[in-house]
Amino acid sequence: MRYFFGVLIVLLLVLHQDNWYWTNATLVGGFMPIGLLYHAGISIAAAFVWFLATIFIWPQEVPLDDDPVRADSGKGVS
Amino acid sequence: MAPGMIRLVVIAVYLILLLGLGYIANRGFTGTKKDYLLASHSIGPFLLLMSIFGTTMTAFALVGSTGEAFKEGIGVYGMLASSSGIIHSLCFFVIGVKIYGFGRRYGYTTQIQFFRDRLESDFVGVLLFPILVCLIVPYLLIGVMASGTVIQTMTSGAFANQGMFQSDNAAFAGGLPPQIGSAVVCVVVLIYVFFGGMRGTAWANTFQTLVFMVLGLVTFVLIANKLGGGDSLLESLRNVTAKVDADHTTRLTMSKTRFFTYLLIPLSVGMFPHLFQHWLTAKSVNSFKLSVVCHPVFIMIVWVPCVLLGIWATTEGALPTEVMAVIKPNAVLPALVKFHTTALVGGLLTAGILAAVMSSLDSQFLCIGSMFTNDIVDHYAGKGRISDRVQVWLARGFVVAVVVAVYLVSLVSNQSVFTLGIWCFSGFASLFPVVFAALYWRRLTAAGAVSGIATAAATWYYLFRESGFGADRSYALNLPFTDGAQVMPVVLMFASTIVSMVVTSLLTRPPSQETLNKFFPQPSNRV
Repeated sequence: MRYFFGVLIVLLLVLHQDNWYWTNATLVGGFMPIGLLYHAGISIAAAFVWFLATIFIWPQEVPLDDDPVRADSGKGVS
Repeated sequence: MAPGMIRLVVIAVYLILLLGLGYIANRGFTGTKKDYLLASHSIGPFLLLMSIFGTTMTAFALVGSTGEAFKEGIGVYGMLASSSGIIHSLCFFVIGVKIYGFGRRYGYTTQIQFFRDRLESDFVGVLLFPILVCLIVPYLLIGVMASGTVIQTMTSGAFANQGMFQSDNAAFAGGLPPQIGSAVVCVVVLIYVFFGGMRGTAWANTFQTLVFMVLGLVTFVLIANKLGGGDSLLESLRNVTAKVDADHTTRLTMSKTRFFTYLLIPLSVGMFPHLFQHWLTAKSVNSFKLSVVCHPVFIMIVWVPCVLLGIWATTEGALPTEVMAVIKPNAVLPALVKFHTTALVGGLLTAGILAAVMSSLDSQFLCIGSMFTNDIVDHYAGKGRISDRVQVWLARGFVVAVVVAVYLVSLVSNQSVFTLGIWCFSGFASLFPVVFAALYWRRLTAAGAVSGIATAAATWYYLFRESGFGADRSYALNLPFTDGAQVMPVVLMFASTIVSMVVTSLLTRPPSQETLNKFFPQPSNRV
């Protein structure tokens, strides 16, 4: 599963290069440059991929709240 | 009352509000160093998201992105915003979560504590401390410079009746000079950080992030309506964007290889010392999830309006002719706000811009102090020999010294916020291979890490100097064997670090088995 997400991230990075809209001056909806809209879409796609990552490959081996924490501090700061 | 004075009063009220927040946070202070520096690991998902996002979105994101879009067009979004959406979350995922685990288990507060332990080397801390502080200086400089410019632009005319602070530049005449504006912002941030510590910083970051996101969208709508002059927002958007030339609505003038190599720059978040400290404030590992998912969308919410504002500023009539003739990129956003909103709204929007600036400065101030006390004072004086109270005061003294130095540099520096930011982030990004290898490569040795760090610092300094310390905005490296293709300097820094680190590690003795067991445990004993 981790490899699958690795591929997804690489795919996002490839799509990010966006050679296809490089010189396209189309204004989507009459106001949004298509190159900017495309990259806003990349941002949303990234959020979606990361959302899936938190469901499927979120690490379980790191300590949670009840894990021992080494006390390293004293008292008396103001 | 003059419009500039109204804006000044609104800014002053906002700054006083922040001081109040620091005071309230101080009342929840438990009195321990861990509480002061890490908020006793009590920060939940929402506060973590807002404080991490507020910390990474600096003057660079608002003032810098608008100014760079004004110069270069929409390509600036792809260069740093959409790439950051992918790579920042990647760093939170592969570096932040792992660091959090080690930090909780072994009691780290700073990066250097982790590296010293992982690499079994005291010297790595001696080397890394000045390098990290030096790399933070341009980062601080971005905020200090931008706050001065913003305040001066927005308060212009406030002192015209008194004949004070005159200037040939119409955008600044009669405004509070940047020397004063920057100093006031530094002092306010210092005070609320000193009072509130990490808890105050997290609260202030959350508050300020909400302020600059909401007010940023308000700014966008108000300016769109004013510049477009349509009956509806959509009509206004169409009217104003139709006037923008194709150079700014495409990437016609942008190098494809430079654009591609910008991808390395967001890796800098993996080595930001202030983010390291924020990660350790998390209540649990699950607190990271919201940050990992929402960060790309939050970046989009902030950057898209700024980029559109930047390209709109290039159109005829967006700014007065006499201002347009002399305006610098750093002043584009405040100038748009000033000329297209009422004084009261302009003051509130200025507070929003300053919120973005200060929400980064606070974490950086606190982090510098943490590094000084933990990595230098406590480490060399001997753990526990100096009381927490004295250590915190020493940290405050060190922070004040660094801030004064940055402030003095800001008085003589006139570099673009965007360019300075790129150099700063490039430096941190070139250290990324070291932290990645420390977490994932068992064979990394102390000598390898030292070699990598020294190489990163040396190449960064050499190339930064070659660029005239950021004076040459378009400085890039020519790619050999190509027809003039250019790459960002970070490529050379990054590659040099990897080669130096890997070769040296392979030539030196591996870390002890005890250390490897500690940082690369078997599945049954993982951290």
